[in-house]
Amino acid sequence: MWRDALLVAGKDLRIEARSRVALWQVVPFAFLVLLLLSFAIGPDQSPLRHAAPGIFWIAVLFSTVLAVQRSVSIESGEGTRDGLRLSGIDPAGIFLGKAAAVALQLLVLQIVLWAGVTFLFDVRVHVVWLAVVASLLATVGLACAGVLYGALSAGLRVRDTLLPILVLPVLAPVLLAGSKAWEAALDGNAGSGTEWLRILIPFAVIYLVIGVVLYGPLQEAA
Amino acid sequence: MAPVVHFRAAVALAGRFPALAGVDLSLQAGEVVVVVGANGAGKTSLLRACAGLLPVTSGQATVLGIDLTEDSTAVRRHVGLLGHAAPLYDELSAAENVRFAVRSLGLPVSAADAALERLGLVGRLRTTPTGRLSAGQRRRVALAGLVARRPALWLLDEPHAGLDAPSRSLLGDLISEAVSDGAAVLLSSHEPQLSIPLSDRVVSMGGGRITGEEAGGRRARLTALPAEDSPSGTGTMGAWHVA
Repeated sequence: MWRDALLVAGKDLRIEARSRVALWQVVPFAFLVLLLLSFAIGPDQSPLRHAAPGIFWIAVLFSTVLAVQRSVSIESGEGTRDGLRLSGIDPAGIFLGKAAAVALQLLVLQIVLWAGVTFLFDVRVHVVWLAVVASLLATVGLACAGVLYGALSAGLRVRDTLLPILVLPVLAPVLLAGSKAWEAALDGNAGSGTEWLRILIPFAVIYLVIGVVLYGPLQEAA
Repeated sequence: MAPVVHFRAAVALAGRFPALAGVDLSLQAGEVVVVVGANGAGKTSLLRACAGLLPVTSGQATVLGIDLTEDSTAVRRHVGLLGHAAPLYDELSAAENVRFAVRSLGLPVSAADAALERLGLVGRLRTTPTGRLSAGQRRRVALAGLVARRPALWLLDEPHAGLDAPSRSLLGDLISEAVSDGAAVLLSSHEPQLSIPLSDRVVSMGGGRITGEEAGGRRARLTALPAEDSPSGTGTMGAWHVA
């Protein structure tokens, strides 16, 4: 399963490196969300600093939908979909590989995006480990839930419009917990931040396990 | 020896529509069977059912000793399907696509390199993203993937489509080599003049059923006396040239 996951992740990342969809579409989109939300809040620095974690995670959440749509579209052709089913790769390995590829892209995006947030909103992280752990856990949860719901919508003609409707409500706990954990990391309040990790940990674990178990049947149904 | 494919009254549904409506078919190792029939006769569905991609809902369906009515997924790693759409990732090169196909089965990368060379995919063709190749070149890359996997059952859906004359000739050679190695080949075709000479048997389909069967070109060539004096054969499916 792990060998299969590495194979699929390598394939998806190589395709991304060639197509540069993440670089030219997902990253600019995330920055647009960042800018538009900051325009909506106004020029005053104080509310912007207060809203920075929420704005950051909303941008990450919307970008997750784009990254997952791209991940699904790689296998959306009749030939590649059948090819993957005939490949002999364990469906759990496919799920883990695709989730790992999406997660890696989201982590890189978050690094770039945080540089933007720091520049635009003039904020500093005081508890770095808390921000890093929250980001890692949230990313695992976002990638696993996203790829799982991506598989659910994969066989449908309306998948591109259906996926956000399906997945955004499911990802709401990550938005809440991620924002609160980062807020605590910015304020230097590690104690209250770790409370929110208790939401991110089970979310990531539950969707990881559900994905490993259900990806195969979902792939067949699609 | 147990047949590679054994279908008896096999029914497969595509949605609510019976894509296969009681198919009886048997295929032995080392045998080439061509399936002919009009559009919608069930040729592609038969190949997809053999590959475990279309679930058989009733009747008997065994492929390589695996009961497809019990588990349609276990057979997949042992068969090679060349469908209408090539199983290729446009952004990856021919070499990367074929290597992915062999690595997914845990086979050595050298199998991919040998297959690419066999299909003439060398030099620029080997490294160009497959999305930039012509339809015929993409077909050759897909064939290389199939050859590299060395499946026990080849399922070829209109394999001659999009291939130029040298590639069609090479395809014939590949099929002959595969059956010499003990593989079985089930091939659907709208071009009987190309496919029947390669076959041991020709079965015709209509309405999701097998409606007829006769000897193919290979058998005619083997039984012809002397073969050199009898360069062509005829059957109810029309005249064909025996290579």
